Amino acid sequence: MINVDQGMPLLEVRGLTKSFAGVQALKGVDLEVLPGEVHCVLGQNGAGKSTLIKTLSGVYQPDDGEFVWQGEATTISDPVAALGLGIATMYQELDVVDGLTVAENIFLGHEFARAGVTDRRRTSRRAHEIMTRLGHGTISSNREVGTLSAANKQIVSMARALSHDTKLIIMDEPSAVLDSEEVKNLFRVVRELTADGIAVIYISHRLEEIRAIGDRITVIKDGRTMATNLAVAETPTADLIRLMTGRTVENVFPPAVPVAADAPVLLSVKGLALRGIFDEVSFDVRAGEIVGLAGLVGSGRSEIMETVYGARKQTSGTVEVDGAPVEPGSVRAGVHAGMGLSPEERKSQGLILDEPVYRNVTLASFGRWARLGFLNERTERQVARTQLEGLELRPADPDRPARTLSGGNQQKILLARWLVHGTRVLLLDEPTRGVDVGARAEIYSLIRSLAASGTAIVVISSEIEEVLGLSDRVLVVAEGRVIHTTDASDIDEHGVLDLVMKGSAA
Amino acid sequence: MSEQNSSEAQAALAGEGHVAGGLPPHDEKRSVLNRVLGGSAGRSIGLVIALLALFVVGTITAGDRFANVENVLTIIRFASIIGVVSIGMTFVITAGGIDLSVGSVLGLASVVATLSWVQNFADASNWIVMVIIALAVGAGAGLINGIVIAYGNVVAFIATLAMLVAARGLAEVLANRTTQIVRQQGFLDFFRGDILGVSILIWIFAIVVLAGWFLLNRTTFGRRTVAIGGNLEAARLAGIKVKRHMMYLYVLSGLTAGIAGVMMLARTTAGTSTHGTLYELDAIAAVVVGGTLLVGGRGTIMGTVLGVLIFSTLTNVFTQNNLSTSVQAIAKGVIIVIAVLLQQRFANRASRK
Repeated sequence: MINVDQGMPLLEVRGLTKSFAGVQALKGVDLEVLPGEVHCVLGQNGAGKSTLIKTLSGVYQPDDGEFVWQGEATTISDPVAALGLGIATMYQELDVVDGLTVAENIFLGHEFARAGVTDRRRTSRRAHEIMTRLGHGTISSNREVGTLSAANKQIVSMARALSHDTKLIIMDEPSAVLDSEEVKNLFRVVRELTADGIAVIYISHRLEEIRAIGDRITVIKDGRTMATNLAVAETPTADLIRLMTGRTVENVFPPAVPVAADAPVLLSVKGLALRGIFDEVSFDVRAGEIVGLAGLVGSGRSEIMETVYGARKQTSGTVEVDGAPVEPGSVRAGVHAGMGLSPEERKSQGLILDEPVYRNVTLASFGRWARLGFLNERTERQVARTQLEGLELRPADPDRPARTLSGGNQQKILLARWLVHGTRVLLLDEPTRGVDVGARAEIYSLIRSLAASGTAIVVISSEIEEVLGLSDRVLVVAEGRVIHTTDASDIDEHGVLDLVMKGSAA
Repeated sequence: MSEQNSSEAQAALAGEGHVAGGLPPHDEKRSVLNRVLGGSAGRSIGLVIALLALFVVGTITAGDRFANVENVLTIIRFASIIGVVSIGMTFVITAGGIDLSVGSVLGLASVVATLSWVQNFADASNWIVMVIIALAVGAGAGLINGIVIAYGNVVAFIATLAMLVAARGLAEVLANRTTQIVRQQGFLDFFRGDILGVSILIWIFAIVVLAGWFLLNRTTFGRRTVAIGGNLEAARLAGIKVKRHMMYLYVLSGLTAGIAGVMMLARTTAGTSTHGTLYELDAIAAVVVGGTLLVGGRGTIMGTVLGVLIFSTLTNVFTQNNLSTSVQAIAKGVIIVIAVLLQQRFANRASRK
């Protein structure tokens, strides 16, 4: 094992800050990585992990702060400079080219070539050496990468990292695409690398993995280092969770309104399953009730919502709205039955950005006012305007392109779309993503007042705090299963994370 | 840089005009200008100017031979067939698709409508039979395109490329590589005639343009088309039947190719498999020059009409001056690039906030 007191750190990061268009993603990150250690960076979604990685790999330039590499102050001006220093990054999205061979992928961007003609034999031989070093010499270097499994693609990605004179490899949630057997193999490879003195920065949500592979931990939260150089073996899980979530929340959530005991069940999901994604999901939502799905990215929560809506077709199970079954796999049937979805990616899935606001509002219902197929734009505009005034859209101009509005106001457009349509079951996936703090409180109280008026609402958020604050009841989702159902007031962020991490380890 | 300044100055002027009228507050000045320039009328202004410029050039170089009513009608008649095809193409492109098959579908429709049994049947009943057959062939080919693209998930470029090749081949087989003369007199009498001194072909073009404009701008069909082109996923998640609508769009495009086939029969008095060769490229050029975005989400019928007229006026000016078609082709290429470059400038201005 490494000795913390001995030797010079490979990399020191001090006071790193970075902001984008006024939003401060990093507010002061410190990090110290020793040669040959696995240094885990732990933090919730949005804590700033991705920004940190991109800054270390030269994709982003920090606003302030310093890098010390092997004892010398340096800057990382671009990804090539990072590779030059010996920092290689394996991104979460596998960044291999499916149409090229294993060898071509490994040496992509620094091919062995003479006068532009690649030296295929040498490339192939060197690739084979690296793959062998990673314990995967059996994969032919001439095989097309598209034919490999996700796990083997990752090995290729790692081999590419090693094809440079690499001293530090950053791995961004490498286990996300792997099953447990493959994770074991990954760990074996990581240990061999560290035995050679290569340092690894390992990003993961899963505490069990960190316990299995990590040497030291740095916890970041809200773009700041909360604690650094914690020895993995000596830090209790409870402490880590507290560091990750810690803050006392100012009360931005409107008070819950108790759901009437005789309120009708508007949405009833029974035994819903989508093969390979989620299984046996059942829940009811009553008029006036807000049910939250809490879970990590990749837990299956968005897929559950999309399947309920009809955007995906379930392999088994039923969805009923107001007691009547809804045709599986048909968005139109879902909308007709009274459901409305505000999708996760507002811009790419929700809005037609270049069309005026009012047409975005009426997108689900413009046919209603049309006569013989002829649009009634005057009514459309009026209805949209009235609805948007109620939601206090700013600017309250229905003719502006949706693109020009802020995140919070774009979210209001989507709410308005379903309000205009008369939707009784609202599905909200990440309703406050990209919405600034002030506007969030407004969105929260809108959602609460919609519930109070008798709408059944299902809400998903990456921010557990938001799910808990907004919902009456919470379903905890992990690995495609609902592992716990409880009143929102009976559980805290701690408890949810604890359940999720236990569920993920299974 | 000076252009930049002058556009700012224009913005200020436009804004002042509105403030004087007591309308939008200060911060909306830019958006008012943007809306005017970004609106369909504004985008067409450049095209109208280009068209007028061509007229000036034509009048200077060819004098009275160019600038007379007869010649103007010739220009429009020349534009009418490609114009009808371009209206259908405008819909497909607005929805983010493409239809490469229109030229050969036009040819196929002209061949099928002039098969001897069809003409015999028309003799025995009515010339309208030939029209119905041509339209059915066009719509049928479009339906096949639509099904393959929407339900077979084949990329539109490939599916319609296949139809381009196959329809041309089928036309050759049916016509046995001959030119089939239209001998049905009723058909010729009607379509080669005129109303109020204006060719029937021009009337058909005008009707298709009007119908296309209404369909795109005033109906639920048009709204769905723009929505799908603007953001297919958002349209789907809002409950619009995206696949079915895509299919309809290719039927529409095939139908306009069928109409163009009838017009071609009228102009040439014969059906042959080579009719409409490369019309797909002329139609796409006219649509894109007109300001419809090739990626979808914005379409303009008026722009397409102006695009078609610009190209046919160009041809006329060149012909009047006895210039070669090769030089004409070069000029066409230059116009396409300049038009798209200008469009992008406008698009950037409209989205800059």
